[in-house]
Amino acid sequence: MVTVNLIKDGGQQFSEEFQALNPMKQVPALKIDGITIGQSLAIIEYLEETRPTPRLLPQDPKKRAHVRMISDLIASGIQPLQNLSVLKQVGQEKQLSWAQQVISSGFNALERILQSTAGKYCVGDEVSMADLCLVPQVANADRYKVDLTPYPTISRINKSLLTLEAFQVSHPCRQPDTPPELRA
Amino acid sequence: MQAGKPILYSYFRSSCSWRVRIALALKSIDYEMVTVNLIKDGGQQFSEEFQALNPMKQVPALKIDGITIGQSLAIIEYLEETRPTPRLLPQDPKKRAHVRMISDLIASGIQPLQNLSVLKQVGQEKQLSWAQQVISSGFNALERILQSTAGKYCVGDEVSMADLCLVPQVANADRYKVDLTPYPTISRINKSLLTLEAFQVSHPCRQPDTPPELRA
Repeated sequence: MVTVNLIKDGGQQFSEEFQALNPMKQVPALKIDGITIGQSLAIIEYLEETRPTPRLLPQDPKKRAHVRMISDLIASGIQPLQNLSVLKQVGQEKQLSWAQQVISSGFNALERILQSTAGKYCVGDEVSMADLCLVPQVANADRYKVDLTPYPTISRINKSLLTLEAFQVSHPCRQPDTPPELRA
Repeated sequence: MQAGKPILYSYFRSSCSWRVRIALALKSIDYEMVTVNLIKDGGQQFSEEFQALNPMKQVPALKIDGITIGQSLAIIEYLEETRPTPRLLPQDPKKRAHVRMISDLIASGIQPLQNLSVLKQVGQEKQLSWAQQVISSGFNALERILQSTAGKYCVGDEVSMADLCLVPQVANADRYKVDLTPYPTISRINKSLLTLEAFQVSHPCRQPDTPPELRA
């Protein structure tokens, strides 16, 4: 892991070095098998295609469509609208209400969709790419003090997923660059 | 239950809807279109009826094979998996990664930041500069990435999902008066793609809901 501090030094993602690696000036980026991939879902789909077990996408195309739809809802429809650079542009006064509105709006839709797709997890009973998108987005919701009471399915699934080792070992509070005050 | 034609919920000017229209045209999939006017009646995407169909209250949505899929890239990947020819994703996993990366750069990194609902929140005074800044920022990155991936099209010499994302985003750039001079690769590829029939038949200026003054 190479950590990139998005705040320090004006944001290390803006360094010439990192830009050359990933012109999008964003994390994550993965250097693997001789290529560098940006965009989290593109990375995950590459991992799925080259290291196929255990699966992160179901076999059935309709279920795969649901997994991708939920993943995209979060990765295109919520997160980019409340990421650091957008919040910077919105301005400090309006940041919190903007983030809350964006997340609530997206979670309203997601809660409804999960009514028809969810079993134990977002789509059926197997962990999928959709679940990998859900947990970090709920953490963002907590960070921006979004009331999760209207989203019982999201909450239930999030809670279940957080008991799994992969979701714990990867948690923001357990990373090499986690600041001492936020460390687990 | 009769296996009817797929139904696409689309708005002529929605760049995300255009992506799916291109895919359907390239794969020669016959479908019905239901137009959803994002402006009229306070926005028809907010109707109870449409919300029940797609809780995201967005176009495009595709009713196909007994399910309804929202999110343009999820739709396109489903079409690719169930109607695989002609391909919209290359066979090689590394090239597929490049196609998805470019598609996501546009579909997550640019378009959502300049879509109707965000621009509404930004407010009328700041809308144009916001849209321009978001698109330029994304195109700066895309132009650099294309240096290493592009051949005739975004990734190599075959039309892919990345190209389906590119053309509608360039149309948005034009709409918000973004200067494309710094992006010669984007411009070249966009121009080539617009000569292809699937990109023409699906164009916003040729849709059932295109207003007369914008019609080709």
